[in-house]
Amino acid sequence: MLQFLVRRLIVALLVTVTVMTLAFMLTRLSGDLAISIAGPSATKADIDAVRLAYGLDRPLVVQFFDWVGHAATGDLGDSYFFKTRVSQLIGERMPVTLTLGLTGLVIALVVSLPLGILAAVRENTPFDRAVQVVALLGQAMPSFWLGLILMIVFGLQLGWLPISGADSWQSFIMPGVVLAFSAIPALTRLTRAGMIQSMGSDYIRTARAKGLSRASILLKHALRNAAIPVVAIAAVQLGFMLGGSIVIEQVFALHGVGYLAWESIQKNDFPVVQSVVLVLAVIYVALTMLADMMNAVLDPRLRGG
Amino acid sequence: MSVSTITAGPRRGWRSAGTWIGAIIVGIAAFCALFAPLLVPHDPFAQDIPNRLMVPFWMEGSSPDHLLGTDQLGRDYLARLIYGCRISMMIGVTVSIVSGLIGITLGVLGGFMGGRIDDAVLFAITTRLSIPVVLVALAVVGLLGSSLPLLVITLGLLQWDRFAVVARSTTMQVRNLDFVSAAWCAGCSRFRILTREVLPNIASHLVVVATLEIALAILLEAALSFLGLGVPPPLPSWGLMIAEAKDYMFFSPWVIMIPGAALFVLVLGINLLGDGLRDQFGARSP
Amino acid sequence: MSALLEIEGLQVEFGRQSPTAAVRGASFVVESGETHCLVGESGCGKSVTALSIMNLLARGARRRADKLAFKGGDLRGLSDAAMSRLRGNEMAMIFQEPMTSLNPAYTVGSQMTEVLRRHKHVNQRAATDRAADLLARVGITAPGLRLGQFPHQLSGGLRQRVMIAMALMCEPQLLIADEPTTALDVTVQAQILRLLATLQRDLGLGLLLITHDLGIVARIATRVSVMYAGEVVESAATADLFAAPKHPYTQGLLRCVPVPGKIQRDQPLGSIPGTVPRIGPGFEGCAFRDRCDFADATCAHTVPLHNAGPTHNFLCRLPA
Repeated sequence: MLQFLVRRLIVALLVTVTVMTLAFMLTRLSGDLAISIAGPSATKADIDAVRLAYGLDRPLVVQFFDWVGHAATGDLGDSYFFKTRVSQLIGERMPVTLTLGLTGLVIALVVSLPLGILAAVRENTPFDRAVQVVALLGQAMPSFWLGLILMIVFGLQLGWLPISGADSWQSFIMPGVVLAFSAIPALTRLTRAGMIQSMGSDYIRTARAKGLSRASILLKHALRNAAIPVVAIAAVQLGFMLGGSIVIEQVFALHGVGYLAWESIQKNDFPVVQSVVLVLAVIYVALTMLADMMNAVLDPRLRGG
Repeated sequence: MSVSTITAGPRRGWRSAGTWIGAIIVGIAAFCALFAPLLVPHDPFAQDIPNRLMVPFWMEGSSPDHLLGTDQLGRDYLARLIYGCRISMMIGVTVSIVSGLIGITLGVLGGFMGGRIDDAVLFAITTRLSIPVVLVALAVVGLLGSSLPLLVITLGLLQWDRFAVVARSTTMQVRNLDFVSAAWCAGCSRFRILTREVLPNIASHLVVVATLEIALAILLEAALSFLGLGVPPPLPSWGLMIAEAKDYMFFSPWVIMIPGAALFVLVLGINLLGDGLRDQFGARSP
Repeated sequence: MSALLEIEGLQVEFGRQSPTAAVRGASFVVESGETHCLVGESGCGKSVTALSIMNLLARGARRRADKLAFKGGDLRGLSDAAMSRLRGNEMAMIFQEPMTSLNPAYTVGSQMTEVLRRHKHVNQRAATDRAADLLARVGITAPGLRLGQFPHQLSGGLRQRVMIAMALMCEPQLLIADEPTTALDVTVQAQILRLLATLQRDLGLGLLLITHDLGIVARIATRVSVMYAGEVVESAATADLFAAPKHPYTQGLLRCVPVPGKIQRDQPLGSIPGTVPRIGPGFEGCAFRDRCDFADATCAHTVPLHNAGPTHNFLCRLPA
């Protein structure tokens, strides 16, 4: 078990370093950063001054390791635009994004798990087909469009929910629902498939032969085994939601990390952009490791006993 | 001896209504994409400010000249919709080709060779999955300016993971089958085995993935265009149309409903067709 | 005194569009304190018969019987809830694949105690004690340790012993064993069979053992019923069956088993020509007629049930 964790940690570190390299290269794509920072009306002297001030005259490799070294200690540099530490900026915006992501995940699970279980129990009935159709529809729905429609219906016409800002918990409902929509089809299908397979297995036949109650067979025996892949995918979906929140935050004017990244791209604020990419990647890697550990907890066979 | 459930199952593949609906939708979209210049009643780029924001035919005050009304610059909506279809389909297909080439190559190499090469492929996939796709795509377009070729290459470089995963797992399954061992023993070269034995057997799975990827690419492009960093205006992308209409959506909701519905229907159609193909080929993902 | 389990005319059908009759007519009786073997080749319907007794068939299966009685009570009309109160309690079943028949997510102990706590009102302590007792009884050493282990930590033979112990938790009177040794190594097979025979004797169980192995039948069965293509074609006490088989299929089966010492060096091994036919709906007559040396025109219609002794009957036109 320990060996497994150590190996995963090493892979995680390597992935992080690779992503850092890519993020670094990403921001250097447009050529000379000094020109972009100095602005359109800068003279050559201005550009040279900028280059010196931001350390952009050093070889790329040096700049890269400088960044890596600082990032390892939590220092992600300073924002060109906001004139504050990047880590502080991200720290301020992160709660909004995390709340949004978790709201989305909770809604998604609350919807997909029961739907998936019921669809599996009533396999091939009209209810099951309806659930599959709903999953299909959800998969085709463009999230930003759904967000706008919800805004019109619930925000404007019905006036139930606020359409922008992050003032109250109600502000997270509509964006949370939109995020959930992207995860519900996959989670429902997975739960359904897992339950169908679980219920067709030999140990369920044994459970029936033991005369256990229907509820016990379904929830204690079948679900426990079916949940294993679902839990793992749920963690990964949360990672995707956090990474993809940029669109939703823009639509609903939620000032989270995604919104910050969006603003920074507009303003060529490179330290922020590359740091946000890094932070999101680290979160994703951490979530997949969490998913692996939960797998081991749920499935005794993986514990190496 | 186990006793399996034998009940009347749902109709699958070409016998399912869903597959036909999907095929028809995709067919119409392909038709629009190919023959767009011939189909449009007006030039989709021609602005006509005096006639801006005209309503579509199902509302009062509509004009037969502009069946779906006009947008905020007076451009014919139907024309922009059809051209938008062409853009979406083109981007969807080209991105899938690029990502398919990358992903299939990596996946087949990893699955077939195993060992260190496979470890490297898995590492590449894991790294790719950790990268927030929308954010990176936005950053690239934001830094280098939006253009169609750049968009296609960027999305293609970011979307190959599912191709790689499916290609790898199916290749691993096929590699272990007896006829591959037989070919190996008969002295066939690796290349020959790959092209004659492996690829034909994994092709059906990959076609299914390709349809799914086309749909995903279309949705992704729409999101990027919605944020203003996708297809360069004045090219009519549906995502861009929704973004442009956002300011008017509270007064004239149909401006966002039409392109959004078009997106939804197209993606749904592609998914239905893809599901139908998957059931037809028996290619449930491994 | 009614028998423990009485079955007459059991029929099981699957599928709606083109229904397959897995069992077309099974009749036999299992008494308390006897080991009754149901023997036949793969696909003859013996497992389906066993599952249908406890109504464990999958959705979409239809069961009919002229008589299906357990301790005198009719099983046919029982709801699933009523049936589940009998299962694991007064009648229990063990299966062929010990590797997959236990839930990998729960410990052996918890899977055993939940049966007892479901049917009888005992606390966890008492249930655990009984589980440990039974594990010892089925020959497992260090039962306390095993109770806390997970199924994947046990070998196939151990798992099957656990299954047997688990089946006995509520002191059932009928134990149905569906090919319990088929998936095990040969040496373990013998041990498990010996264990079953001992338990049956000590606890006075009625044991219904499903198998395709005539060797097993010879070793532990009191009575035998032979199944072919969904029907019980012959039913007799073991000694009678082996000494004087009446049905041509049974005779053919016994000829197929090479007996060391009796078979000559150049003698060809016995076999039954042909294959088991697919039985569609509306099939009439004897299913064995195409492979039988004694078949005639009447075999395509009805086949009479003959008696060759008070406890020996068979389905054939040939006289006893």
